[in-house]
Amino acid sequence: MKSGIAILTVVAFASVPLWLRDPYLMNALITTGIFIIGAMSLNLLLGFTGQLSLGHIAFFGIGAYVSALTSLGFDVGLPFGFRIVHHPWPPIAGFVLAIAIAGLCGYLVGLLSFRVRGAYFVIVTISFAEVVRLVALNWVELTQGPLALTNIPSITVGLPGLGDLTLRTKLQNYYFVLAVAVVTYLLISRLVHSHFGRAMRGLMENETLAVSVGIDVTKTLTLAAVISAGIAGAAGSLYAHYIRIIDPEVFAFINTVTMVIMVITGGKGSLAGPVVGGMIFGLLPVFLRPIMAPKAQWIAYGGVLIIILFVLPRGIVPSLALRFAKRRSRPETVAPVTFSERDAKEHA
Amino acid sequence: MTAIALKVEKVAAHFGGLVALSDMNFTVGEGEIVSLIGPNGAGKTTAFNVVTGFLDPTHGAVSYRGTALNGLKPHQIAELGLIRTFQRTSVFPNDTVYDNLLVGLHRQGRVSLLEAILGLPRARSSQRRLRERASELVEWVGLERRAHDLAGSLSYGEQRLVGVALALAAEPSMLLLDEPVSGMNASETHTFVQLVRNIRDRGVTILLVEHDMPMVMSVSDRIVVLNYGRIIAEGPPDMIRNDPAVIEAYLGQGATRA
Ligand SMILES: Nc1ncnc2c1ncn2[C@@H]1O[C@H](COP(=O)(O)OP(=O)(O)O)[C@@H](O)[C@H]1O
Ligand SMILES: [Mg+2]
Repeated sequence: MKSGIAILTVVAFASVPLWLRDPYLMNALITTGIFIIGAMSLNLLLGFTGQLSLGHIAFFGIGAYVSALTSLGFDVGLPFGFRIVHHPWPPIAGFVLAIAIAGLCGYLVGLLSFRVRGAYFVIVTISFAEVVRLVALNWVELTQGPLALTNIPSITVGLPGLGDLTLRTKLQNYYFVLAVAVVTYLLISRLVHSHFGRAMRGLMENETLAVSVGIDVTKTLTLAAVISAGIAGAAGSLYAHYIRIIDPEVFAFINTVTMVIMVITGGKGSLAGPVVGGMIFGLLPVFLRPIMAPKAQWIAYGGVLIIILFVLPRGIVPSLALRFAKRRSRPETVAPVTFSERDAKEHA
Repeated sequence: MTAIALKVEKVAAHFGGLVALSDMNFTVGEGEIVSLIGPNGAGKTTAFNVVTGFLDPTHGAVSYRGTALNGLKPHQIAELGLIRTFQRTSVFPNDTVYDNLLVGLHRQGRVSLLEAILGLPRARSSQRRLRERASELVEWVGLERRAHDLAGSLSYGEQRLVGVALALAAEPSMLLLDEPVSGMNASETHTFVQLVRNIRDRGVTILLVEHDMPMVMSVSDRIVVLNYGRIIAEGPPDMIRNDPAVIEAYLGQGATRA
């Protein structure tokens, strides 16, 4: 049933450009989609390992800058008279490098913080994001600082049989973001249901026991951080090549908070959670803007957040899944939503 | 003379000023069932923690099958096939019994992440094997009817069985059981004793901590008695039963008749 809903959702999203002609709404959907990919990556850490990355936007921003600089080229001076000159590469190479370098940063942050965990990871990630923001702001020769990197080229994808396609229109970008989002979803789903996913879950539920059956905490968490950061980097790259201008504001703390809200309201630890939470909080500002003053928008935003968490404290998707299960089975035996059941169905 | 599996040499463990273990020496032979007994607070669980890497000893060394364990992390020691259970019930409470065992099977059938992501045949067949193995284990501890219930919702005795099944899932070559039958009723205990013999017959070495004297006496090849962190006696059950120091320190009059 679950895969049925998933396919229907993808079909529904794919049909949107057929009936929605409003470029303003298309734009909102594209940026929301990009942020949903970021939220999915955050969920991999927060929902499946329990580690809260409060600097997650750093990986997104690093992806955006790496991708932009790879495709724009740069010429910067280093100490002792060295210079690095990089000539522009195709944006798709930037996309790949964005994933790799963001992933590497995830590795370093994980290495620094996973030996001592919990609050430590939260603090390291916040600090990391701030440091990266300051670098982006002050290394003007490389990043243009507050003047922003502009004229970032659009992504060109090679389509088999159709030649190269440069994503100039909203329609093209919409489908590209949708494709990346679907791939990300499948990737995370496979990960979570693999032995690696079980190791993450075991660690989150009972670390002592998990370790006693041979699960390596540091390795598992670091790997999760690398993959999560890599996906966030991919989202950042999409963002840079779609918006085509990028400045240090991308690293703003509020952007991390937005992703955290998307994950928590949708339901952390649920695959579909960030998609649902992301659609709500990605599009909410779009609908509030025409009817409210800016300050009132924030209040309404907070109000929606509080109502959701009050009514559905586990997040929308897990809470609804639980109620649905309750209604179908006898009231006192709540069918737990666990991965083996899904697996069993998949393989039935 | 069987080969030595586990060797504990001159181990001491201090918690601040408290001496939980001092100058502890004992060995466990391959395929043996050895019990570690002693009054509450004698240091049995601490000894388990030292052996399995959860606690660094203040002095001394532990080796397993010739490999020094000092400085190894718990998961690395588990990799060597040395697997423990916990005195306090320990399960993954929000997963089903079956899923608990799948987590326990971590050491088996590991495929590369890429294979798992791409769903390559090797990953799929490995998943299938793990599921079969998990079902087998569920059956083996007699929890088939509970397989799809959350482990946290099980009775205390059932959770203890899940704990043992989890440890077995990790395919131990040596199993350390910390008071496995506490909280089990008589029939559960009886079944459990059969299970322990079964496990040993499969070639698994066993170190058992238990308060249930009849069980200890009937199942052990050898018994090591701890009191206040020191070994006060060691030998086969008949010898321990009649050792005056043991009777005085631990067994008491009631238990000698048991
Ligand atoms: N983590 C710890 N910190 C301080 N003291 C401890 C700790 N663990 C055990 N102890 C003490 O060490 C002694 C031995 O405890 P333990 O090994 O649990 O005994 P047993 O398992 O034989 O009942 C006890 O006095 C206990 O209070
Ligand atoms: Mg104890």
